[in-house]
Amino acid sequence: MFKIVRREEMSQGNVILNEIEAPLIAKKAKPGQFVILKANETGERIPLTMADTDPEKGTITVIYMVVGKSTLLFKELKPGDGYQDVIGPLGQATHLEKLGTVVCVGGGTGIAVLHSITRGLKQIGNKVISIIGARNKDLLILEDQMNQASHELNVCTDDGSYGHKGFVTDVLKEVLEKEDVKLVVAIGPVPMMKFVCQVTKEKNVKTLVSLNPIMIDGTGMCGGCRVSVGGETKFACVDGPEFDGHEVDFDELMLRLQAYSEDEKKSYEEHVCSLKG
Amino acid sequence: MAEKKVKKEKTPRQLMPEQEASIRAKNFDEVPTGQSEETALIEASRCIQCKKPACIDGCPVSVDIPGFIKLIRDGDFTGAISKIWEKNGLPAVCGRVCPQELQCEGKCVLGVKGEPVAIGNLERFAADYERKNRKAPKLEKKPLTGKRVSVVGSGPSGLTVASDLIQKGHEVTIFEAFHKPGGVLVYGIPEFRLPKEIVFSEVAGLEKLGVKLECNSVVGRTVSLEELFEEGYDAIFIGVGAGLPTFLRVPGENLIGIMSANEYLTRSNLMKAYLYPKYDTPIIRGKNVITLGAGNVAMDAARTALRLGAETSRIVYRRSMQEVPARAAEVHHAEEEGVEFYFLTSPVKFNGNEKGRLTSMTGLKMELGEPDDSGRRRPVLIEGSEFDLECDLAIIAVGAGPNPLLTQSTEGLELNKWGYVVADSKTGKTSIKGVWAGGDIVTGSATVILAMGAGRVAADSIQKYLELGI
Repeated sequence: MFKIVRREEMSQGNVILNEIEAPLIAKKAKPGQFVILKANETGERIPLTMADTDPEKGTITVIYMVVGKSTLLFKELKPGDGYQDVIGPLGQATHLEKLGTVVCVGGGTGIAVLHSITRGLKQIGNKVISIIGARNKDLLILEDQMNQASHELNVCTDDGSYGHKGFVTDVLKEVLEKEDVKLVVAIGPVPMMKFVCQVTKEKNVKTLVSLNPIMIDGTGMCGGCRVSVGGETKFACVDGPEFDGHEVDFDELMLRLQAYSEDEKKSYEEHVCSLKG
Repeated sequence: MAEKKVKKEKTPRQLMPEQEASIRAKNFDEVPTGQSEETALIEASRCIQCKKPACIDGCPVSVDIPGFIKLIRDGDFTGAISKIWEKNGLPAVCGRVCPQELQCEGKCVLGVKGEPVAIGNLERFAADYERKNRKAPKLEKKPLTGKRVSVVGSGPSGLTVASDLIQKGHEVTIFEAFHKPGGVLVYGIPEFRLPKEIVFSEVAGLEKLGVKLECNSVVGRTVSLEELFEEGYDAIFIGVGAGLPTFLRVPGENLIGIMSANEYLTRSNLMKAYLYPKYDTPIIRGKNVITLGAGNVAMDAARTALRLGAETSRIVYRRSMQEVPARAAEVHHAEEEGVEFYFLTSPVKFNGNEKGRLTSMTGLKMELGEPDDSGRRRPVLIEGSEFDLECDLAIIAVGAGPNPLLTQSTEGLELNKWGYVVADSKTGKTSIKGVWAGGDIVTGSATVILAMGAGRVAADSIQKYLELGI
């Protein structure tokens, strides 16, 4: 069992943080890598990119949004409870490099993954401008941490309840006009990453995205996580999860993420019903 | 004596009872239901106990076949299992999944004029008898040597190495990337062909002998070979299998509803998606399913599809029935259950709807031309023979390659041009001192028993190395 030592709720309980005892993984993991978690005997294997690691304490931190039965099961785990299985670290680590000015764009729980990469980019000597967004103020996560990890932080909300009113891409356009940006890292919902890449492609600014497709083993064995990158099929689990955003076929990815949407909806509803008795 | 021999040959080969095809095609219970003691005795009496038994030469792990059959004939079923265990730690598995017609039974002299002894069925009988009755004395363990061996991968080769070396008194730890042990025996081979309970029972037996099992350990990621040596392991065996799915590289292959056999079978077998929603992992239950390829894995996938409710399950294969690589029994079972075969057909592209879901495959007809390098007649396209086959699930079962996760993260490990580990066929030694390899990661996709044979070879060599330093 992999024990949960810390649990926090964010975004009105829709987003959960779990700090989990996993000393071997914590020792090895680098920003950008992911783990696979399975709550119990009958559970699904769910891939989540790590938000943080503490090699000395021997823990890893994951932050996830509750979207279906499996994440609802995760949510029900309390400190002291544990995951039956945690596997990792998997995937390629982010290639951190000193380039000059870089922009980190995050949306939703993507900010959790983005924040350790942002921190790494700053530590290595880049000027880091960050842009994070959410639908409204209550759904925004990790603002303080992103503020510390960046030289400049811009916050956007779709409804204008906090920060700039509008999308992260609006602010990004302004930043790209003013600054000589060498790299953009965009992590968030697939449509957000797609639109960020449209903006940066026009300006010819290299853009990294982190993908989270459906997968089973996470070790290159099943091919369920295949994505088209530059017209070639890649496995997100071993070739990624980060790719050159200008080469990714986001439309295909969005469709593939819907492969089990009916089953997922049914499982979720049945589970919620069973909880209500 | 001569008279007696003639009389024995007249006894027909005893068939193992099976679930009826129309019933079993709708459940995941095992297809052959096992032999009765009575028929096992009759079958065992068919063996003429050759002085120079060819069957043993046909067995990759050299089981004393006439020896254990004689014990069954004499009613000593427990003695029979002990005899098998001398050479084979996984008889309940081998009795079910070995291609006996190409191995032991293929060499049986009775097969020259009639039908060979049903060696596989008898092996299974002895193993199942023991699993039910638990009478056989435990395997003996030599005194502890203080040497430590790590085994990477808990498939057939790894389990064989672990079994052989724990008995020699070494400390053995198996590292498995998945959350359950067994490798392909658990994620690949379906329940109806090899009940998982049998695999777990074999692994539990090893654990009782003292083998340690570390699941969720991806060697090459969670821990490296170098670190294993630093932790004090004296020898490492790599048996990680050929876990990289091959795709067809034809247009439309990323549509929803097209998946590798690895994914399809892993969902169904390891994750128990066939029990969804009791188990949380979903699986696409196609109405019209096609499986590309005609090996054992393809048969497993096509038969699984029927059990998951498919109205049609079709095998699409580039060559003809003659070239089908699957075990004869698997093809026979698939046909009985209603799997249809589309021979000499090659996929050209997959077609989908606006939701990105598969709706059909466009195929081309082929004819057989001159033999190729493998000696099989090469299929040649017939121009203008394009046709569409309606399907909402397509399973790609055209083979697997070497998974690079471990091999690429291990410096100094020599690989061949296809990415498989180079290992001496007589010892299993790799280019790194203290590291052995065997099974599919060396040979490419093969059979359970060949992987076990490679495990045996490596275990013998590791034993020499640990004992004598050579």
